[in-house]
Amino acid sequence: MSQTALIQTDGSSHSIEIEVAGERIVCDQRGVMFIPDLRLLTVSDLHLEKGSSLARRGVFMPPYDSGATLLRLQSVIACYDPKTVISLGDSFHDGEGAARLPETYRDHLGALMSGRDWIWIAGNHDPHAPADLPGDTAGEIAIGALRFRHEPSVENGHGEIAGHLHPGARIVRRGRSVRRACFAADGDRLIMPAFGSFTGTLNVLDEAYNGLFSMAAFKAYMIGRDRLYAVSGKALCPG
Amino acid sequence: MTAEPRIDGATDVASLPAPFVRWFSKRGWSPRAHQLELLSKADSGHSVLLIAPTGAGKTLAGFLPSMVDVTQRPKRRPGEAHRGIHTLYISPLKALAVDIQRNLETPVSEMGLPLTMETRTGDTPSHKRQRQKLNPPDILLTTPEQLALLIASREAEQLFADLRYVILDELHALVTSKRGHLLSLGIARLRRLAPGLQTVGLSATVAEPDELRRWLVSQEKAGAMSELISVEGGAKPEITILDSEERVPWSGHSARYAISDIYRAIGRHQTTLLFVNTRSQAELVFRELWRVNEDSLPIALHHGSLDVGQRRKVEKAMTANALRAVVATSTLDLGIDWGDVDLVVHIGAPKGASRLAQRIGRANHRMDEPSRAVLIPANRFEVLECRAALEANYLGAQDTPPLIDGGLDVLCQHVLGMACAGAFQADDLYLEVRQASPYANLDRETFERAIQFVATGGYALRSYERYARIRQTADGTWRLSHPSIAQQYRLNVGTIIEAPMLSVRLTRHKGRGANVRGGPVLGKIEESFLETMVAGDTFLFAGKVLRFEGIRENECFVSNAPGNDAKIPYYAGGKFPLSTYLADQVRGMLAEPERWQALPDQVSDWLRIQAEKSVLPRREDLLVETFPRGSRYYMVLYPFEGRLAHQTLGMLLTRRLERAKARPLGFVATDYALAVWSLRDMGRMFNTSELTLSSLFDEDMLGDDLEAWLAESWLLKRTFRNCALIAGLIEKRHPGKEKSGRQVTVSADLIYDVLRSHEPDHILLQATRSDAASGLLDVKRLAEMLSRIKGRIMHKRLERISPLAVPIMLEIGKEPVFGEAQDALLAEASDDLIKEAME
Repeated sequence: MSQTALIQTDGSSHSIEIEVAGERIVCDQRGVMFIPDLRLLTVSDLHLEKGSSLARRGVFMPPYDSGATLLRLQSVIACYDPKTVISLGDSFHDGEGAARLPETYRDHLGALMSGRDWIWIAGNHDPHAPADLPGDTAGEIAIGALRFRHEPSVENGHGEIAGHLHPGARIVRRGRSVRRACFAADGDRLIMPAFGSFTGTLNVLDEAYNGLFSMAAFKAYMIGRDRLYAVSGKALCPG
Repeated sequence: MTAEPRIDGATDVASLPAPFVRWFSKRGWSPRAHQLELLSKADSGHSVLLIAPTGAGKTLAGFLPSMVDVTQRPKRRPGEAHRGIHTLYISPLKALAVDIQRNLETPVSEMGLPLTMETRTGDTPSHKRQRQKLNPPDILLTTPEQLALLIASREAEQLFADLRYVILDELHALVTSKRGHLLSLGIARLRRLAPGLQTVGLSATVAEPDELRRWLVSQEKAGAMSELISVEGGAKPEITILDSEERVPWSGHSARYAISDIYRAIGRHQTTLLFVNTRSQAELVFRELWRVNEDSLPIALHHGSLDVGQRRKVEKAMTANALRAVVATSTLDLGIDWGDVDLVVHIGAPKGASRLAQRIGRANHRMDEPSRAVLIPANRFEVLECRAALEANYLGAQDTPPLIDGGLDVLCQHVLGMACAGAFQADDLYLEVRQASPYANLDRETFERAIQFVATGGYALRSYERYARIRQTADGTWRLSHPSIAQQYRLNVGTIIEAPMLSVRLTRHKGRGANVRGGPVLGKIEESFLETMVAGDTFLFAGKVLRFEGIRENECFVSNAPGNDAKIPYYAGGKFPLSTYLADQVRGMLAEPERWQALPDQVSDWLRIQAEKSVLPRREDLLVETFPRGSRYYMVLYPFEGRLAHQTLGMLLTRRLERAKARPLGFVATDYALAVWSLRDMGRMFNTSELTLSSLFDEDMLGDDLEAWLAESWLLKRTFRNCALIAGLIEKRHPGKEKSGRQVTVSADLIYDVLRSHEPDHILLQATRSDAASGLLDVKRLAEMLSRIKGRIMHKRLERISPLAVPIMLEIGKEPVFGEAQDALLAEASDDLIKEAME
């Protein structure tokens, strides 16, 4: 598995190029994945309108999460100018999320989508097509050797790009613990970090990941302040 | 306040009802002057603050007015409705409420008083709590959290309609925290339910008694104060500083050098109480004592993390005088009666003169005999601090912290609680809240924002109106929108935010990770500490060396580790900053060589050599030393303003040095000093005026630099999390009910980031900033220092390290270094991978 650190043309963002099922893909420190040959950008677990979803049961998170998520999305789209965008499921925190999206954010999202192909992959939080939004909806799609779906499948992970688990990794060094969201990959499969502003992480050593990766080749690409850090599975801690 | 208690002619024993007079005389006792004085003042309708040392009969004094009043109440006729509570007793500790009940039962039953007395704490079974609401006792002994729950219930009006007295024990300890803020609001509500209510505050000596006197009465009339009775301390305590044959270490906190001295002192006394400042110190000292315990003296350990059963056992043994010594943290600070303690050993510096006085008061509960205490400084600076504290204790100086304004997060919690009690008008509640002294200056606009926060989160973008928790109805009253919200409130009541803890379970199976069956639970440890360990690491806990095996759900599994070497638990809690008063005393001592005679030779020699090799700062000055060492350049300063203020200063200075191109690499802070190191020679930069000290230390660093740093600071994020929990924005974690995975919960850090960039004036950010100013960042103290040292900075450029700099230089490497360290650790882990690939 080759691994070269490369700097994007705007010079501000560090990325790492990795291979999944023989396809070359770029993992970006901002939490997105890009395939240069196809000009394909993939982003996972946006969880838009999570704030208003929680508000329904009297928990009032700041109502700015969708706006903050879209702003960050705007900056990566501006950077890569993708031809196609895949939103890998759980794009909205619940089934009514798209309907609740405030007007300004809806317009913002519309502007990001315009002029490109946009594919909404169904997630467990949003199993149906988002209301009144353009773009295509699919349960799963295949492009070349890669298959894009929300939940990782246990049986056959070859070439799978998935989300759902919000991978995070933890290292302990010099008596300090550092926990970060990460890309989780073993050369055969990639699980994307969650992109949404209010999304937490689940440690890649949790039993929810059992059977998904070949441990010998497993690496976590941890999201640092301005670059990604590739860390061997053996160096990670649970919890 | 040292005025002698004045005794009116009217207050003699004759003012007591017959059963009381008989009881006193049967025992051959006579009531003390302050007990009668308090009774007489309460009798004339006043609220009273009683300041008295331990052993002065404070508790009986506090209860006397209630006991007399209850006795004179006409008997309840059969068929008559149950009466409400007559007296509420509130203490900061559950154990104290239980203890007081035990102590009062004897006189009550011996006098045959017709009164009922019960405790209500978190441990009270729910059927008993239900019964207490229907058929309440005359005297209810409880905690601030339980009071908050009671007044938020619909039965509150009935329950408290007959309330006559509220007795507040250990008031000095209650008022300085957010618990005190919540309690003050609760008492304001009680005053509305029972307008004739009187309060009795019982307190140890404090610096500003008037603050407490205002706290005790309604501030409807601004500045109103309770009556004050002040009882002089009994015999002066005999305090000495250990003058060890051993070498006093330059740095560190273990006091290991003094263990055999301490052990000998234990042997010479009946019962010794050993106070330490942190739980990790307690573990270490306990371990070291047992290592030298050749006579197998019964020595026990007591701190807040230990299993409750274990603590109760120790307390029982203590009361029964079955122990020779107990090593304890602040859990034993407050007034529980611990049997015949005849020596208090204080390990480490006391950090505050008042705290020292209170701890020493634990020895010998008889007021007229002197308490005996030994101070054990753990390092050389602590020798100076102990000496300063000792002089203060003789002088009776007090340095309890000044009271701060009530927290806005606490106000938000209270507003929701009051909505749970019933519908309210904003105008009424505003006036009620302002009667509590911590909220006397609350403006209407801020109060309004608290209501909006409770209703819908208080955001400028008002998108949550339809989910509101409380709603204003047509008549203007605010009402709870759904009963389930009251349930939610009850689960989150209170202001004590404990760091997430995991139970520590001992197993017999080594090296099998967390896949083992359980043994006994030893206690609880902060999750953040356990996170820094990997399987196989060892640490001290519950007096044992334990091997970390792994974490499963909410439990940490450990096994007994052979050998004596262990990593020592680091606890965030329990470290007090050096008080401003003691800091000033220490600076004074450095500046006046004639006072060094009182110091051990090795310490005064140290100061003398410092004066030769470098310089000793004058009392009001700040000494800045610069010197090269290894491949780096160091700047060491000695502000003596406490670790928290120094940490904040360190953060701000490194930002500035960075801008000045001094290329700083890191810093470390102690209670006494701050050291910064860099790649360029800062001393040279000062000398060539490339950088001036006055601009480096300019007060404007508290403006933009502070703001910019705060944006990133994990300290502020932690403060925000606490405010968000107290205000009810995020819910407390309940044992056994934790969310299954981290990815479901929204972490406080994420909320903080979003809120800060979208609504920087939100009420919770306001609450966070004011907490930070006095709490974790101690910005207030830093500001005072920067203004004090203006034009008084003394720079000394040295060829090599100075004697005074040695202690802090030894801390480098032991203390965490701040800055970009997290990413550096990630880079290291990543480099390992590359190395692995290349091998």
